[in-house]
Amino acid sequence: MNNPPTTAPVEHETEHYAPNSHDVSKHVRGYLMVGATLLIFTGLTVFLSYVNFGSQKANVAVAMIVATFKAGLVAYIFMHLSAEKKLIYRVLIFTGIFVFGLFWLTYLAWYDPVSR
Amino acid sequence: MEIPYTVTARPDTGLWNAKVGIWLFLASEVMLFGGLFSAYIFLRLDAEPGYWPHGLLNVPVGTANTAILILSSVTVVLAWAALKMRQYTRYKVYMAITILCGVIFLVVKLAYEWPQKFDHFGAFIKPSAMEKYEKYLGNKHLLSEGLPPRVEITGHLHNHEALHNPNIKEYEIGLDPIYTDPTNKAMDRPHFLYVPPTDKVAVIEKADVERATMFVPAHNTYFATYFTITGLHGLHVLGGVIVFVYMFLFGGALYRQNPEHLANRVEVAGLFWHFVDLVWIFVFPLFYLL
Repeated sequence: MNNPPTTAPVEHETEHYAPNSHDVSKHVRGYLMVGATLLIFTGLTVFLSYVNFGSQKANVAVAMIVATFKAGLVAYIFMHLSAEKKLIYRVLIFTGIFVFGLFWLTYLAWYDPVSR
Repeated sequence: MEIPYTVTARPDTGLWNAKVGIWLFLASEVMLFGGLFSAYIFLRLDAEPGYWPHGLLNVPVGTANTAILILSSVTVVLAWAALKMRQYTRYKVYMAITILCGVIFLVVKLAYEWPQKFDHFGAFIKPSAMEKYEKYLGNKHLLSEGLPPRVEITGHLHNHEALHNPNIKEYEIGLDPIYTDPTNKAMDRPHFLYVPPTDKVAVIEKADVERATMFVPAHNTYFATYFTITGLHGLHVLGGVIVFVYMFLFGGALYRQNPEHLANRVEVAGLFWHFVDLVWIFVFPLFYLL
């Protein structure tokens, strides 16, 4: 079993962390708005994919910009990253660095110092 | 033994335990899907011209499934909000809708989309035989338009036994619309609405075919990555649905004992669910649209 710290949980910290019912009720409308935005942007993604932006790469770039915006909304609002504790952000920063490294490894696969 | 900090925050992290746990888990999930997306980019960018197909998936169905997943993300956050406001009946309703959305998503994928692919056939034509099938491929037209060539002929396989019987020397394919009018400019780019294979049958000699299979993972790199990523994503949806069903059925006892604890559990499961939605936001355009 884990060893919890001997210090008792601080009550006001819990209060601060968990929004009370009044706060939550204020957010409900926002959640609905975000859901509607996500649906509209899904339609936009489909529409834009049939617009010729000149090259396949340009179309991919446009779709990824829209997808990143949508993913950002989900993470920021639905996953409550708009108001989260520092520890979570730290974990995500490290994750971001490692994912970047992972994609960089893919890039390395094209790196050819011999025939270059 | 009672597990501490299920509701109150640990003084050192400022968070209740499950919150830290789920984010660490999601971090590992980011690496898992990141690896697969990384492979996707690598395979797609290195594909020979014409070997990364477009327009093979049913876009309206994919769009509807995306909308269903988004709707479920909204309802799960509303279920959590209902618990925070101590509205248990509302929580049950939102949770039921979330579960229903997850089940619809899986049914559409497993009972409609995937089987439709398994029933579709494609034959890659040998480079030496391309000229012979030019009337179906229309590659001279594509070349003049500066577009990648068509390297396979797809549609509904009429003589299924040809797949296994070496004595049958040709495939009879009910052509997809694109091969019935290949020089029509309207066919150069995929259409929004799915059009099933036509009645026009092409006879393709096996001797002219490099490789031919139904649309299974082994068919090409595109389907290998499509089935891997959507399959893994589908497993995540299934996992989420199972957890939600448990919370829907057995959450009452915990709610009466400690409603905040149930709210936290729903929040944690919801975080996982949002992540699954977030992954789909990238999967949908990459496989269905681009």
